Amino acid sequence: MLTPKTEADLAEIVAGSQGGLCIRGGGTRGGAVPGEMVSVAALSGVELYEPGALTLVVRAGTPVAEIETLLDGEGQRLAFEPMDHRGLLGTEGTPTIGGVVAANVSGPRRIQTGAARDHTLGVRFVDGRGDVIRNGGRVMKNVTGYDLVKLMSGSFGTLGILTEVSLKVLPKADTQATLQVAVANAAAAVRAMSAALGSPFEVSGAGYDPATGLVSLRTEGFDEQVSYRIDQLKSRMASHGDLAVLDDSAAFWAGMRDVAPFHGAAGDVWRVSCAPSAAPDLMARAAADAALLDWGGGLIWLRLPQGTDLRARLGQYDGHATLVRGAGVRFEPKPAALAAIEDGLRRQFDPKGLFNPGLMAAPAEA
Amino acid sequence: MEMPKPDPNVIARKARLIERLSQVLPADGLIHDPAETRAYECDALTAYRCPPLLAVLPGSTQEVSDVLRICHEEGVPVVPRGSGTSLAGGALPTADCVILGVARMNDVLDTNYDDRTIRVQTGRTNLSVTGAVEEDGFFYAPDPSSQLACAIAGNIAMNSGGAHCLKYGVTTNNLMGVTMVQMDGTVVEIGGAHLDCSGLDLLGVVCGSEGQLGVVTEATLRILHKPEGARPVLMGFDSNEVAGACVSDIIRAGLLPVAIEFMDRPCIEACEAFAKAGYPMCEALLIVEVEGSEAEIDAQLERINEIARRHNPVELREARDADEAGRIWLGRKSAFGAMGQINDYMCLDGTIPVSELPLVLRRIGEMSEQFGLKVANVFHAGDGNMHPLILFDANKPGDLELCEEFGAEILKLCVEVGGCLTGEHGVGIEKRDLMLHQYSGADLEAQLRVKDVFDPAWLLNPAKVFPLSVTESRRAVAQAAE
Repeated sequence: MLTPKTEADLAEIVAGSQGGLCIRGGGTRGGAVPGEMVSVAALSGVELYEPGALTLVVRAGTPVAEIETLLDGEGQRLAFEPMDHRGLLGTEGTPTIGGVVAANVSGPRRIQTGAARDHTLGVRFVDGRGDVIRNGGRVMKNVTGYDLVKLMSGSFGTLGILTEVSLKVLPKADTQATLQVAVANAAAAVRAMSAALGSPFEVSGAGYDPATGLVSLRTEGFDEQVSYRIDQLKSRMASHGDLAVLDDSAAFWAGMRDVAPFHGAAGDVWRVSCAPSAAPDLMARAAADAALLDWGGGLIWLRLPQGTDLRARLGQYDGHATLVRGAGVRFEPKPAALAAIEDGLRRQFDPKGLFNPGLMAAPAEA
Repeated sequence: MEMPKPDPNVIARKARLIERLSQVLPADGLIHDPAETRAYECDALTAYRCPPLLAVLPGSTQEVSDVLRICHEEGVPVVPRGSGTSLAGGALPTADCVILGVARMNDVLDTNYDDRTIRVQTGRTNLSVTGAVEEDGFFYAPDPSSQLACAIAGNIAMNSGGAHCLKYGVTTNNLMGVTMVQMDGTVVEIGGAHLDCSGLDLLGVVCGSEGQLGVVTEATLRILHKPEGARPVLMGFDSNEVAGACVSDIIRAGLLPVAIEFMDRPCIEACEAFAKAGYPMCEALLIVEVEGSEAEIDAQLERINEIARRHNPVELREARDADEAGRIWLGRKSAFGAMGQINDYMCLDGTIPVSELPLVLRRIGEMSEQFGLKVANVFHAGDGNMHPLILFDANKPGDLELCEEFGAEILKLCVEVGGCLTGEHGVGIEKRDLMLHQYSGADLEAQLRVKDVFDPAWLLNPAKVFPLSVTESRRAVAQAAE
């Protein structure tokens, strides 16, 4: 495994490489491809943290835990609540911020505050030619040129190797509380979640676990705010089912974020992104062994017997399915015109085809 | 401002182009009379004008596709246009181009409150998106100050912001999907009513690409329920430094107001003379707005006012009712009108780290004396998005050039302190030649390669965003390929 100590060393490695490279942050999120392993773990550390400007600039190999501790000391956090994949995938290692951005990893609060890609203000990366490229910056509003920050976020290392990211951080809420609603089925769950999310009461988490029959609605803020919002939500939710309030719900939402109900259970794990109102029908079509709804129904986690062709079961819908755990085609195949654009971008950014070859899409015929 | 020389071969084919386009457009969707194409000679950057060869106003995605396919085959540059409100010259034509206006495509296609989305044609104005859902208690969050006129198409092209993005984000954070037509006429669907994309985030790079990657004809936007209420507080301070420190302290205290607006003395004076909003005469004003129920607002403002008091404000005025809230916003909202009353002005929108505010304002003041041109500052302080308004006299020879030179110095300063050239207006032609101050040649090359993929012929809005010297070889290849 190559572990460059500096961005310049990394650039030199890439410039001199001819074969495939397996890009690695902490190695906790799966997706390893054959090829020489290149780790960014040694490119670690905080470049700049300005709590008063809500900005953090860190090297890509910095452990997420280190960042969370640093932010916590100033009463701030990564608001997009990045998931920890270790429990679900059975991986070991230290999740890095570069991996979070490269895989665009978000958690339950994504419905309120946006995804990792929405909180990434700037990037530095080494492209397939070995050039160091900078895009975006460290300010919150920036429309200077094309937004390659978004393009890099969620590109799983296939366009370049991230060396540094700038992030928007946000104040941590003083407190949180969760209202739980007992519902009969997924359709009732999505109706309840849509009603809550379509209210002015700033719901920052909305999930449903069919195993317990409970919809969970989180609200955060200072004490008076949280108790007021919970009261308001109670009156809106009364017609949807029996209610209960979880006062200390941090552990519950960490479990939702990390898909805890699936930990230790065998089978393939899929992640379906869809319009919330389509979720009940998609769940029925999937006929999975287990399911968990997050993002108000816009994110469906499914556990299915190994090798199940979920995409064939789901048919056509507005959304896509990703195979998160298991062997098979990981990302939803794209229509030809979009696949051609993606392939063109990969050839431009990585002309030698070095980075995580085949991870996102099979290389198109030349 | 230099623009590429129009291609005489294209201009010579005007009749043929009219003939071909008339086969795919209704008669009133094709404008070729020079008296009428003049209406499209500029956008809101009125200092630069050039009538296009033709203007087209398609009524459907199919018509947009037909127009682009023909222009692609004929090797004719196309400049997409929303409502023409760009302050950066994003829709400025060249004499050999076709202006493609989407203004006729302004329908709401679908509204879904369960999924909290609205699907619109992109010629629809920003404010009328909210207009379509507000009776049901919803709104579309990005609110550029031109929202009455500006189109969603332009908002997507420039990734527009507004006063409330500290809490709600800018266009890219509220855009979920688009129908886009590529230069060769191919129609693609990117994203949709679902969150997060599959594969590369093409939506993210299309948003803010200034009409250079494709023409967006439909968009799925996120809508939110309106807050129960909102209330502003007005704070006056006797120095910019103190006001800046107060902003930083409010943010550090964990409060996230929906807006924090900053005005300096020249701006306060002009606004007061124009709108008579009853502003105190001091060095710096902040308008801080919070949202929620009455009790939530009270609790938030109590904390914010406590922080403000620590900075010895010369004025601390909380709105007691809607009328007072309106008066607090009145001056701020009339800032641009007030400036226009006094003089011609140029509005910049460089963004800086909030911590650099006092330094940047001081340097702007010094430069103002050097250049002999007045500057008023009004801006979104929570996110560091400055709006220096440089006053000049368009009738005085050399004044515009002097103003542009001054503006360029301010933007270089923004980059120097860790910020950027433009926070929400876009690069257009206005800041094109400053791009090499923010990015290296390799950084820009990476961006150009994206355009190579989406528009290999380099025909879509080709003279914008990047310095002409940087794009010359690519544009030359496109022209030779005709």
